[in-house]
Amino acid sequence: MSADTAFARRAHEEKWRPTLKLAIEEVFEIMLGRQVEPREQGELKVKGGFTAMVGLAGALCGVFTVCCEAETARRMACCMLGDVAASEDHVADAVGEICNMIAGNFKNKLAGTDERCMLSVPSVVSGGDYNFRSMADGDSIAMVLALEGAPVIVRLQLHS
Amino acid sequence: MAAERWEPMDKTRALIVDDSSVMRKIVERSLRQAGVELEKVTEASNGAEALVALQSNVVDLILCDINMPVMDGLEFVRQIGTVETAKGVPIVMITTEGSESHVVQALSAGARGYIRKPFTPDQVKEHVLPLLGKKV
Repeated sequence: MSADTAFARRAHEEKWRPTLKLAIEEVFEIMLGRQVEPREQGELKVKGGFTAMVGLAGALCGVFTVCCEAETARRMACCMLGDVAASEDHVADAVGEICNMIAGNFKNKLAGTDERCMLSVPSVVSGGDYNFRSMADGDSIAMVLALEGAPVIVRLQLHS
Repeated sequence: MAAERWEPMDKTRALIVDDSSVMRKIVERSLRQAGVELEKVTEASNGAEALVALQSNVVDLILCDINMPVMDGLEFVRQIGTVETAKGVPIVMITTEGSESHVVQALSAGARGYIRKPFTPDQVKEHVLPLLGKKV
């Protein structure tokens, strides 16, 4: 069985996509008091802004990313802080923490994986003109969501 | 003079340990929403900073993340016994790490509560108020 087939089979059998969707929805609803709506791939594009990354090691090896535009990131930080104006540091911190919580919530929902999977502390890239490429050579699951109409892309990319 | 020791108080002095400044604010807000009257909040961004903060701050409650740079939350809990004024202070872990092994490690090291992120203010209330001798 090829690595691609193994990934697809495991993701299907373990219901990764609905599990990831639930993990994302819980983080946004509980920590931000906001709902996110799933969108079709390619329907919404993110231009620059923020990309937060959390590394996975152990039973799952790869990287979780959350990508959104600067205004969306600022809005997320304001929601988390209780509508207090957010500084630049707070905005990056908020996006990193959201990525961290989604990654943790996802792995905690995968039976048997949470015990054998470790998370890194988050890293955040920001700016107006950059491309993000993961060096993980395996497959990925990406979810495009709309937060008050603005795109948020969550991706789990694993080493094969 | 004997060092000041921890005793339960009506007004709470809290130490919040998390590498995310946004999360520290959320934890503080959740404590207030849970009805904890905060006299003072001390913040630290990792376990090592928290140990230093405890040298000059007597606290009644510690809320601590696990995954942090420099010194993680589990190591902090293991080392807190070296700080005389922090002995007996209840510690509640608030973390994305939800595995049973992390819970067992934290509780074995001396933590009194364990809350998984994402968390609601009600969960903070449920775990923290009994530790402060208050009804939920």
